[in-house]
Amino acid sequence: MANLQTSVNGIPFKNPIIAASGTFGFGEEYHQLFDVSCLGGISSKGLTLKPKDGNLGIRVYETPSGMMNSVGLQNPGIEAFIKHYIPVMRQWDTVLIANMGGHSMDDYVTGASMLSEADIDMLELNISCPNVKSGGMAFGIKAEVAAEEVAAVRKVCHKPLIVKLSPNAENIVEMAKACEGAGADSLSLVNTFQAMAIDIHRRKPIFNNVYAGLSGAAIRPIALRMVHSVAKAVKIPVIGLGGITSAEDALAFMMAGASAVQIGTVNFTTPDAGKIIVEELNTLCEQEHIDNIRDIVGIL
Amino acid sequence: MAVKYFQSTVLSNIQITDDIFVMTVLRHGASVSAGQFFMLKCWDQELTLMRPISVFQATEEHLLFMYRIVGQGTRKLAMLQEGDPISLLGGLGNGYPLEQLHGRIAVLGGGVGIPPLSLTARMLQEQGCTVDAYLGYRDQLFALDAFEPYCANIFVSSEQGPEGYRGFITDLLKPESYDAVLTCGPEVMMRKVAQLCAAQQVTCWCSMEHRMACGIGACLGCSIPTSEGMKRVCKDGPIFLSTHLFQEA
Repeated sequence: MANLQTSVNGIPFKNPIIAASGTFGFGEEYHQLFDVSCLGGISSKGLTLKPKDGNLGIRVYETPSGMMNSVGLQNPGIEAFIKHYIPVMRQWDTVLIANMGGHSMDDYVTGASMLSEADIDMLELNISCPNVKSGGMAFGIKAEVAAEEVAAVRKVCHKPLIVKLSPNAENIVEMAKACEGAGADSLSLVNTFQAMAIDIHRRKPIFNNVYAGLSGAAIRPIALRMVHSVAKAVKIPVIGLGGITSAEDALAFMMAGASAVQIGTVNFTTPDAGKIIVEELNTLCEQEHIDNIRDIVGIL
Repeated sequence: MAVKYFQSTVLSNIQITDDIFVMTVLRHGASVSAGQFFMLKCWDQELTLMRPISVFQATEEHLLFMYRIVGQGTRKLAMLQEGDPISLLGGLGNGYPLEQLHGRIAVLGGGVGIPPLSLTARMLQEQGCTVDAYLGYRDQLFALDAFEPYCANIFVSSEQGPEGYRGFITDLLKPESYDAVLTCGPEVMMRKVAQLCAAQQVTCWCSMEHRMACGIGACLGCSIPTSEGMKRVCKDGPIFLSTHLFQEA
């Protein structure tokens, strides 16, 4: 057995595989299919201060080697999450990450202070949702705006603070450095790429919001490059994501500098992907003579 | 009613019209009820999402899916042959509320919404209901023989074809003759059924279709607005009370 244990900001993970926000709900649905305690961690569905209905129309759409989504942060709100979902997620032996989005600086700060007091292990700040018209994306594009927001959340957040970066940032490395400077404990990247699809018969965009987020294997090589560039430029830990579909992919992101990785879209392609990737990662490390997975983090 | 993800085998995959196929696969103990569906895939990574297909019929050993080729996913499914592997996730969704259905029931389907009503008609008959089927086609007829054993009367319409009533199947429905109406098919048709039922104060259940990613309620990719708030077609549905879907109904 290879040692798959890793840690981010002092939080121990039994393995580096984390279910990515928005693809795994609050874990309950997937727990019907496999014991989600086998995962290193679960990042919750993106939460906002108040409950949100999300977007109308088509929300998911298949694309070559990937998919687009425009869910629009439908969620029950932070209060309901704390009351109803944390107790459920705490039944499992896995790191609990609360993912939070928002529309205004006030929302982010109020939400972060509520979550910081709750029974979570880490807070993942989503400054990068492309599917929410106000806020969201704007925070994810300009480094100075992001830094202001991270600094404000940092003041009220007493849990390890992960900042989730958008690949749509003007300059991902500058963005990463700005977030580090503003007090982020770690970074996760990348969120979805802003993209577009058109129904040529109806002569209309597929999505009501016109643009939507692209994820899946199609974005993997770009995500890998961004993780590599960012990991080289910052001192804080990096969590890698973007089209990871196998143990091989996970290992590549770790060699590029990720201390842990998140799997998202692959949960749809293969509903028990989390369990399979953890098992295969163990086998792969044995084959590659990696006794301790932490040893390969950032070797490139 | 546990949801199960499993590998199965195709026993047959038969073309019955220009673009409609019936595939039989091994059931491997999966649970299924009337109006439920499975997520299907016969690819590794070439496509990203599994495809939701409703259950046409089921036996102890087999699941039957009747589906129309509409895109690249169903085109790949249509190429499967006897002995080929296939992955299934299911049975999914709430299904029709069989325990609430008694007496005379109408099942009304349009196009590729017709197949799931066959299993529904059978299960209703098994619990003592009298079932009439209303089947609306565009041109080519299919699946009629899958209703004959379970239905007292079968009404057929086609918009362009030579058989049955020429027009919309909703023209033939008299909801006042029934204790409930179950419908599956194009939204415009179901909306009309809902209106007819509302006028006669007859309960109407609709089966919704939507693009979806996970199929189990996690991704919220198939949420729709209802009078009861946002609902997931895959988990809270696909069966909804018509009054929750259509304001005017």
